[in-house]
Amino acid sequence: MKDILLDVNNLHASVGGKEILKGINLQIGRGEVHAIMGPNGSGKSTLSEVLAGNPAFTVTEGSATLHGTDLLSLSPEDRSHEGLFLSFQYPVEIPGVSMVNFMRAALNAKRKYLNEEPLSATEFLKLMRQKRAIVELDNKLASRSVNEGFSGGEKKRNEIFQMAVLEPQLSILDETDSGLDIDALRIVAGGVNKLKTDRNATIVITHYQRLLDYIKPDFVHVLYKGRIVRTGGPELALELEERGYDWIKEEVDAQ
Amino acid sequence: MNSLSQYLELYRLNAATIDAGSAPALNALRQKAIEALTGATLPERGDEDYERTSVNDMFAADYGLNISRMELPADIAASFRCDVPNMSTLLGIVVNDSFRPTKSLLSGLPEGATFKSLRQAAIDGDPAVANHYGSLAPLTAPAVALNTLLTQDGVLIHVGRGVHIEKPLQLVNIFSAPTSLMAPRRVLVVLEEGASAKLLVCDHTQDATTDYLSSEVVEIVLAKDASLDYYTIEESSAKTTRHSNIYCRQAENSRLSAGTITLTCGTTRNDFSLDLAGKHAECRLAGMVIGSGKQHVDNNVILRHLSPRCTSNQLFKYVLDGEATGSFSGRILVTEQAKFTDAAQTDRNLLASPSARMHAKPQLEIYNDDVKCSHGATTGQLDAEALFYMQTRGIPEPEARKMLMQAFMSDVIEAVDMEELRDRLRHLVEKRFNGSQFGCGACTSACRPTEDEPQKSCQ
Repeated sequence: MKDILLDVNNLHASVGGKEILKGINLQIGRGEVHAIMGPNGSGKSTLSEVLAGNPAFTVTEGSATLHGTDLLSLSPEDRSHEGLFLSFQYPVEIPGVSMVNFMRAALNAKRKYLNEEPLSATEFLKLMRQKRAIVELDNKLASRSVNEGFSGGEKKRNEIFQMAVLEPQLSILDETDSGLDIDALRIVAGGVNKLKTDRNATIVITHYQRLLDYIKPDFVHVLYKGRIVRTGGPELALELEERGYDWIKEEVDAQ
Repeated sequence: MNSLSQYLELYRLNAATIDAGSAPALNALRQKAIEALTGATLPERGDEDYERTSVNDMFAADYGLNISRMELPADIAASFRCDVPNMSTLLGIVVNDSFRPTKSLLSGLPEGATFKSLRQAAIDGDPAVANHYGSLAPLTAPAVALNTLLTQDGVLIHVGRGVHIEKPLQLVNIFSAPTSLMAPRRVLVVLEEGASAKLLVCDHTQDATTDYLSSEVVEIVLAKDASLDYYTIEESSAKTTRHSNIYCRQAENSRLSAGTITLTCGTTRNDFSLDLAGKHAECRLAGMVIGSGKQHVDNNVILRHLSPRCTSNQLFKYVLDGEATGSFSGRILVTEQAKFTDAAQTDRNLLASPSARMHAKPQLEIYNDDVKCSHGATTGQLDAEALFYMQTRGIPEPEARKMLMQAFMSDVIEAVDMEELRDRLRHLVEKRFNGSQFGCGACTSACRPTEDEPQKSCQ
């Protein structure tokens, strides 16, 4: 039997009284890469925000567990400590908070949660250096405020850098390819591939097949109107690239 | 109720004692002060164009005054926790309202510079007192008249023509009394032509259980080409009320870089009256307020551009938590003569709790066309997106909030011109948001400062 890492059952969620997710079912095993595709407004980003615990959304029904732990009852920070990571579509700029302080606070909070001693300054800097290399993130960015004045590519590389530092079990990459030129895309995807093991898993949310040339999915899901309406192998992404979403929309809307 | 009456009564009964404990040059203004106060009232809410803090209420309680100049046993070594221990300064201490010099001060001042008791300076016949005491602060302001009526001592800083004091001067105001006490505090700063100095003022209280009232008048006279850095940090107690009236007049090409930092207090009102009187004068004013509990902090600025080609820049930032209330009222007046004025004012405020309140009133009053003026005021809450982002990285919400509040203050810390103070301020602000006890918290040496050098043994 396969080792299920994320188990989502009949998940419903709404924002401002409007239901966006209408019964999501999704099982993700360790070592797997899942792509979630779908037209604009289908609920892809909402699913990632709900799993990460954004208080703007209300879960009205269903469950979600990570390695058997109920995610929905945990605060966003504890979800992170339990091994969930969300790479934001639009990473937030935080003027006045330096990258170094931000990462130190994040890492030490996790270590505290796991009853580990905080890292010494030397160990911490060494770790930062190692992890920066994975996404070729410039050392200069480390002394700046979080994401402030970063280019689109730098912001996304910074997300993968944080992922490398926090070593999550499940990473959700929300539209990581948006706003990236081809070189940045290669570096970001390369970083994700380097971090892949047979113990962790990745959800790649994207509009386009392009990213999936670099991060090879085991499964492809199509999300439409708040439900997963189709699941297949990598060939489904190629088919969508060729035919667009209209044929799926028509099939679903006809039902 | 008119709060002034109790002080007028006290003066009538004790005029001779008050005069005896002071100096002729200070006594000389008391008669005019009492005339100004006859029939006057201290401002109440709504009395003024700006109206957020009733001075009458601040002075209403029945505080004692130490007019017979009893030597109150201030155990400075035990009580005084200097929060800028790594700054090497020339230190003077005011206990309640009496000036006490320290060794560093007596030996470290350069030729041509004075930093001493105002009373002593007046007795010695220092011309700076004769020429400038009461020259800027008008008796028509009742709070100024009251201070003038009751002041017996204070501080004189006088820097002679062309004299530069490299080391920062530090003035520590400490309250120490067995029962509730009001202290009239008076500071006169005179920088002659081309002189320069840096002054850091720290307000402390010996204990957090006694009611204290500080009634302060500061007069700053900057002659042509003079340059002054003047920063105040208030770390008093929730039972301390402070009304500070700061008057500054700048001559041609002079520079003032001032900062007012309120970390802990009960009720504080700072009234700034700043005149750019000579051409090419420059004034920078930074304000930082961190309020929590029931703190009330009010900064009220009137800045007058009276001459051509002067520049001014104000940056005020408040973070208010709990039930704290804040007020910022800033008026920039540009007269017809003040051509080519460059004036900017920014007020940004963060409300960290639903019951915190902020009142902001930016004003521009311009009487000529050749000016560049801007003002802006915003009040908001913590950025929910940033908070969520930090949480998804595992940073617990309370810590994320603290980091964001601290980050909010970073640009006003950067605006502080005294380099020595900037690093220390970052640390103080961090401690303030962590809610830790003030004092040498980061210091583990458990030093016992001596009275002569209350801070220097602390490393």
